[in-house]
Amino acid sequence: MSNPASQPVRCAILERRDFPRLVEVLGAKGYRVVAPAVRDGAIVYDELQSADNLPAGWTDEQAGGVYRLKKRSDAALFGYAAGPQSWKKFLHPPLLRLWRARRKAGCLDILPENGQPPKLAFLGVRPCELHAIVIQDKVFLGGSYADPIYRRQRENIFVVAVNCGQAGGTCFCASMNTGPKATFGFDLVLTEVLEDARHFFVIEVGTGQGAAVLRELPHQPASRQEQAAADRLLARAVGQMGRTLDTAGIKELLYRNYEHPRWDDVASRCLTCANCTMVCPTCFCATVEDVTDLQGAHAERWRKWDSCFTMDFSYIHGGSVRASPKSRYRQWLTHKLATWIDQFGTSGCVGCGRCITWCPVGIDITEEVRAIRQSDGAELAKE
Amino acid sequence: MKTKTIEDLLAESAFFKDLAPAYRRMLAGCGRNVVFKAGDLVFREGDESHKFYLLRAGKVALEIRVPGRGAIILQTVNEGEVLGWSWMVPPYKKQYDARAVELTRAIAFDGACIRKKCEEDPKLGYEFFKRFAVLIAQRLSAARLQLLDMYAKA
Amino acid sequence: MTVESYRVRRLKRETADTFTLELRPVNGAGRIAFAPGQFNMLYVFGVGEIPISISGDPLKPETLVHTTREVGAVTRAMRKLKAGHVLGVRGPFGSPWPVAEIRGSDIVIVAGGIGLAPLRPALYHILSRRERYGRVVLLYGARTPADILYRRELERWRARFDLEVYATVDRAMSGWRGNVGVVTSLIARAPFDPLNTVALVCGPEVMMRFTVLELQKRGVGPQAIYLSMERNMKCAVGLCGRCQFGPVFVCKDGPVFRYDRVKDWLLKWEV
Repeated sequence: MSNPASQPVRCAILERRDFPRLVEVLGAKGYRVVAPAVRDGAIVYDELQSADNLPAGWTDEQAGGVYRLKKRSDAALFGYAAGPQSWKKFLHPPLLRLWRARRKAGCLDILPENGQPPKLAFLGVRPCELHAIVIQDKVFLGGSYADPIYRRQRENIFVVAVNCGQAGGTCFCASMNTGPKATFGFDLVLTEVLEDARHFFVIEVGTGQGAAVLRELPHQPASRQEQAAADRLLARAVGQMGRTLDTAGIKELLYRNYEHPRWDDVASRCLTCANCTMVCPTCFCATVEDVTDLQGAHAERWRKWDSCFTMDFSYIHGGSVRASPKSRYRQWLTHKLATWIDQFGTSGCVGCGRCITWCPVGIDITEEVRAIRQSDGAELAKE
Repeated sequence: MKTKTIEDLLAESAFFKDLAPAYRRMLAGCGRNVVFKAGDLVFREGDESHKFYLLRAGKVALEIRVPGRGAIILQTVNEGEVLGWSWMVPPYKKQYDARAVELTRAIAFDGACIRKKCEEDPKLGYEFFKRFAVLIAQRLSAARLQLLDMYAKA
Repeated sequence: MTVESYRVRRLKRETADTFTLELRPVNGAGRIAFAPGQFNMLYVFGVGEIPISISGDPLKPETLVHTTREVGAVTRAMRKLKAGHVLGVRGPFGSPWPVAEIRGSDIVIVAGGIGLAPLRPALYHILSRRERYGRVVLLYGARTPADILYRRELERWRARFDLEVYATVDRAMSGWRGNVGVVTSLIARAPFDPLNTVALVCGPEVMMRFTVLELQKRGVGPQAIYLSMERNMKCAVGLCGRCQFGPVFVCKDGPVFRYDRVKDWLLKWEV
């Protein structure tokens, strides 16, 4: 974890032409830079070789069940919203070996994975994603058993956040109080401004490490007009949100509506494909697999991402506790928006909209909650 | 030592103690003490049902004979409990075998006589049906849980 | 928590599908400290790891005892273990029965089927400090006489003057001299004072639901009843999300729960 800033937050200007220096400086400090990249028709997070490989001039069109990349009329480096991946790909890897073992002298000889994780610089973390990281921090580090692998990686990242100048098609961070402006959790934060033939970044410092990086970049103090330009973009983004989620009393609302007919309605659409859980930046559920070689001499234990939408997830005594698709969808939504609050003290949702975009049938959690709220207490009609 | 009368025993039993004293006296008049040795058959499936029992001591097992599986015990009736409700409902036939598991002392009541009295005095009829409805409900509830076979492997 | 190696000292067949493993640590004779109601994750090399309640005596820490039923690949592999074979053990995990906190109350233990295994350590604890408690009653239900667990021990317990044991089976062949009837039917007449009783309940979930109904009918309050819940478990430390039951994680908030904490969730279906 980066140290808290030892000086007040500074507001500076980084010109677009100097942006590659940021990538070089991070590399020189020993970080592997991970940033957005265009791959297979989507914007994903991957190791960045140079600033030239950022998705300059790309944007995305998102709606329920729709994701398309489109060319922009300008050359913005961060002119898009959340893609199918999130930073949990690096902090909570989808596939992780926990240990290897062999039988030795009648004993189990367990060799834990003690490797030092790579130093990673996350470039382009959205405010909703900063919240998602903190939410996962609570899950993995806040309980009586902390995840040492998560902790080790978490202590070795540098965060360059990017404020959102335009809302994505399925975003609702304003409802969840998670954006479009980053307020914590970053070493540096950028707001990209393209105005009057100028292309620059308003850059703010969040920590001492961030300040150290900024010192090595060519920069000027930000003028009032330049800061105002950035603020205007953020205000515009708030107004562009296509969706809202009313979070007032949402936990109690969902707790008292476990038998609401809307669950049957969504169940008739939900394919239990688990896309939502894979793209969600806070979903953390996993499975553990024990494997062995054919001779039975070596064994390994692996952790893999899993989803509450699978039948295996709740399997005991020859059957699944949540056998019906209805119960599995209900589990996911009520965990995300209600029981998560009792478990970890915050909502599990950051309003990034990924679950809406990547649902093959376009199920929209804001709509599902609205439907339940509108007929709070409804029961299935009696025949 | 004074031996207890049937009326005393009814006044002490959980099943009948709230019955009006006059009705208790009448009921006592329809009852007599019986003893079953371990292994004795109290009644057999198909018997005409005109009696019911209040167990004072011992244990009676309700059994069903299933061809190919043998005689299976479905329920044990214990001390202080009432055995038999088929005397109240047509066709007044016993549905199970009842076998004393150990030495059992009981009071046997003339159900046919009580049925007649209930026809004449509806209030008495209601008192009986009230109590036996609870008994049948409890047996049904328990039977349903047993039916679930909840300890079986899935 | 890391996986420790334990050697099988004995595998005892309890019933046709249930067996008990007695384990000793391979390295040193360390005290295996656990509280009654807790469980371990037991690992069969290369096959898998499953949660099993500890069913031994907390005062006999040299040996770790686990009773389990053969229900899947891992338990099938365990069933084939012999003395000298090595298992992996991770734990202990979970919340215990509140036996250390209870003083002066009557105790009713209601066990259904294999549910007697996680309750046995609680009974051992109670019997070892018998003067701290009032009347102690054990109500136990099994499927048939052949499925009765810890039969000899039950008979020894029944012979004690300071413990009442009532056992019943769901059905039996003619000739069985014990009680036949569902375990909940034993509650109405069990000798305990409902206003000063703590109930510890473990068994199939449907049995626990009906047991609670009967206990409440007798006047035992929801804050005096404890259940042991069960859900799919992999990590046992609240990080994989699988054992969630409403807002609680059965592996770390449970498996023992005071009834009032979970009663609303027990009535919801497929939670």
